[in-house]
Amino acid sequence: MTAVQNMPSRDTGQDAACRSGQLIRERGQHEVFCGLTSIMWLHRKMQDAFFLVVGSRTCAHLIQSAAGVMIFSEPRFATAIMEERDLAGMADMHDELDRVVEELLQRRPDIRMLVLVGSCPSEVIKLDLSRAAERLNRRLAPRHRVLSYSGSGIETTFTQGEDNFLAALVADGATQPAKAETASLVIAGCLADVVEDQFARLFRDLGIADVAFLPSRSSEALPAIGPDTRYILAQPYLGATAAALEARGAKRIDALFPLGEEGTTAWLKAIADSFGVAPALFDRITEAPRQRALSAMAHYRPWLEGRKIFLFPDSQLEVPLARFLFREAGARIVEAGSPYLHREHLAGELALLPDDAALSEGQDVDRQIDRCLAADPDLIVCGMGLANPFEAEGHVTKWSIEFAFTPIQGYEQAGDLAELFARPLMRDVILSGTRRPAPGGTA
Amino acid sequence: MKLSMWTYEGPPHVGAMRIAASMKGVHYVLHAPQGDTYADLLFTMIERRPSRPPVTYTTFQARDLAGSTADIFKTACREAVERYRPDTLLVGASCTAELLQDDPGGLARTLDVGVPVVPLELPSYQKKEHWGAAETFYQIIRTLAGNRERPAEIAPNSCNILGPSALGFRNRDDVTEITRLLERNGLDVRVVAPLGATPADIARLPEAAFNIVLYPEIADTAARWLKKTYGMPFTSTVPIGVHATRRFLAEVRALAGLPEAEAGDDGTDRMTWYARSIDSNYLTNKRVFVFGDASHAIAAARIAAEEMGFKVCGLGTYMREFAREVRAAAADLGVEALISDDHLEVERAIIEARPELVLGTQMERHIAKRLRVPCAVISSPVHVQDFPARYSPQMGFEGANVIFDSWVHPLMMGLEEHLLQMFRDDFEFNDDAQASHLHAVSPSASPSASVAAEEEDAAPVPAQGTAEDDMALWTSDAEKELRKVPFFVRGKARRNTELFAESKGIHPITVETLYDAKAHFAR
Repeated sequence: MTAVQNMPSRDTGQDAACRSGQLIRERGQHEVFCGLTSIMWLHRKMQDAFFLVVGSRTCAHLIQSAAGVMIFSEPRFATAIMEERDLAGMADMHDELDRVVEELLQRRPDIRMLVLVGSCPSEVIKLDLSRAAERLNRRLAPRHRVLSYSGSGIETTFTQGEDNFLAALVADGATQPAKAETASLVIAGCLADVVEDQFARLFRDLGIADVAFLPSRSSEALPAIGPDTRYILAQPYLGATAAALEARGAKRIDALFPLGEEGTTAWLKAIADSFGVAPALFDRITEAPRQRALSAMAHYRPWLEGRKIFLFPDSQLEVPLARFLFREAGARIVEAGSPYLHREHLAGELALLPDDAALSEGQDVDRQIDRCLAADPDLIVCGMGLANPFEAEGHVTKWSIEFAFTPIQGYEQAGDLAELFARPLMRDVILSGTRRPAPGGTA
Repeated sequence: MKLSMWTYEGPPHVGAMRIAASMKGVHYVLHAPQGDTYADLLFTMIERRPSRPPVTYTTFQARDLAGSTADIFKTACREAVERYRPDTLLVGASCTAELLQDDPGGLARTLDVGVPVVPLELPSYQKKEHWGAAETFYQIIRTLAGNRERPAEIAPNSCNILGPSALGFRNRDDVTEITRLLERNGLDVRVVAPLGATPADIARLPEAAFNIVLYPEIADTAARWLKKTYGMPFTSTVPIGVHATRRFLAEVRALAGLPEAEAGDDGTDRMTWYARSIDSNYLTNKRVFVFGDASHAIAAARIAAEEMGFKVCGLGTYMREFAREVRAAAADLGVEALISDDHLEVERAIIEARPELVLGTQMERHIAKRLRVPCAVISSPVHVQDFPARYSPQMGFEGANVIFDSWVHPLMMGLEEHLLQMFRDDFEFNDDAQASHLHAVSPSASPSASVAAEEEDAAPVPAQGTAEDDMALWTSDAEKELRKVPFFVRGKARRNTELFAESKGIHPITVETLYDAKAHFAR
């Protein structure tokens, strides 16, 4: 299981080297999503893929509670619900799965890629989905391609589901004949279509060719990866994907994540340097969008400057978001919580966080709520299980799942990203009848 | 293993959470893996509660499986009691924890937490949400009201309301409506449970004369036990619809020993007149397919047939526990009941029945969208838009008013329906367009859209496989003529004509056959 390497490590020795701030490591109730939730955006990104969760009624209920507010004439995900008799004897579980897959493909013959998604129950009983995927692949290829990954809560937190999916895509590519030329640059991490297009234009203008995005929009347009491939992460939660890419010989380009003007410039600069782009060309190409990003930011900075912000763990985006809030919006970071800190991928981000910001990995939600209330922040970034209860107690919150669902990367989105944080503060002012933000500080 | 596109019910521990979240002074410690806290969102987002549900999860992870997950559970229990100081503690396991077999009940007993503990045995791989809720409610009542003395003197008009709960479809407003109605009829409502009740309230349940069961799915088990243990009778009529509300009031008055009375609506029943007014004439015999939980489906089918003048062409429920009641109601209406929790089977039944309106759950909205049939929601599972801010009961006389509005709304209005039959090639109002009161969409410039729609209509069900064979039965003139039949009855016309042709051995179907069949069946 690729996800195992993503488990929080217990050693503490190296933390001090990363930064001087306070590190809180906790174990208690984790108020987070499991990796199955990543299906929510992956099914839209890759429209010819179908996600079949092998799990319990709880898993089915989770997905439809999240996505069922949209009305689907053709659902792109489903659950093979394990029943009592499946648990009685393991032998026929694979037959059962084959039958369910057959039923599904009969209804949806247009599916190109079938993704078997592991859950807590399927992993606790050690149902081997990777073997099932191999077997089904032999039978269904080339018409349908079958993959598997784990989205279970015991192994993965929220966006780690995407990490495992991408790692499975990369690993699977090894067994597939390469259709295209080997990509020279792979951008790893699901991005909004519009963001992808913007980056693709910038790469073209910088003269960088053979750029591929992972995941691709179609299951048939996956990039070929080899020792000549360099890759860069567009998302911070891709530990397993990075390992899978490296296993195929690709080399990582280290950079900040492309959030805000500073992050995007650093990210693009790292790529440009790696490909030997002349600094003058880089400056010329990025000058205008950088100015646009800065002027868009200027609208929202007055709302965020000097505000105390507390971030609960959710998606691993918290550290780059905190860096953006602190460096570009002038906010004060009380605590940035993350379900998992990938020290190597986040090294640049951590170095830019303010010294007085607490950093937490893992969670004991009750204690974290106590800390949060004691700090009395101006804005709490948290999941939807906590947001309305905080609001009802008079706090202003920004629900964090939106960062996984909104175009926030790149220059043109820098203002939008700042607005996501400023909006609840604006709304608070509107609804409580005040007219203007307090200049440069707490309300 | 069962392929499930959409599930009608959550797992049983979600039912238990609904009971815990309904009540005050109750805390639930749930042995569950990281991620199962998604269920909090059902309450904080879908129901928009302003507080966290009273649930502590152990949220174990893979690395914990090597160690003692039982110790994690015990720690969570101890800390939850210390922090939240509940009057009663519920303990149980989710589906994954059930596989670990840590026995939360046994562990909690060894802890001696100082408050009553209700251990919940909810078999996740056999049972579902409503069963979990009913079982939890019953176990709480057994624990807290199990050894009470009934007072010697009990006022005959005193009653409890059982069944309303968190995440129940319109339960908030149903309770208000029914309580008001009962009080106007001289009843004394003592305890409403589980919604808003404390453990002390539960202990007082045996002090009323009888019980009113508003939601049998949640309260039937508990009401039966209270009857067996304390001899408390309970009501069997669910007051959804004008007729049912009148029957309910008569039943309640009889149980309370009150004289028979004309069940007055105080002028709040507008549904009866609205359905009578000539504007509703065109609703006559519109074909409706009804699906939902047992009580809402039965009530809806009766309202549809008797109060709206629709023709019920299908009735079903996903609740096997109440199959008998639904079968009886379906037999009364001359249809066969569909008892299934398989969304695909429901879809097949709806395609087969060719309704003009679907009254179902959030899940039937997916089917209705695919088939382009109007749809209204009558039962859980529901989503956030069915926890509205405005007063929207389903029960009582105001509930009937709400039902009239929400069922008629998705249908095309009378004048538009008439004009569509008269003039078929209008660039703005045509088969391809939705009812104009529903969507602001300007006419599409592309003629291909309407062609695609026609094709879809010809073969709406790829899985059925027979549509293509049927095509060969029709001459192209007849096929063109069929498209002049308004879209909402076209499916029915196609099927009737084919049945007619088959019975007469006619092949192929011509324009004449189409009209012969029309005369034969007469709409």
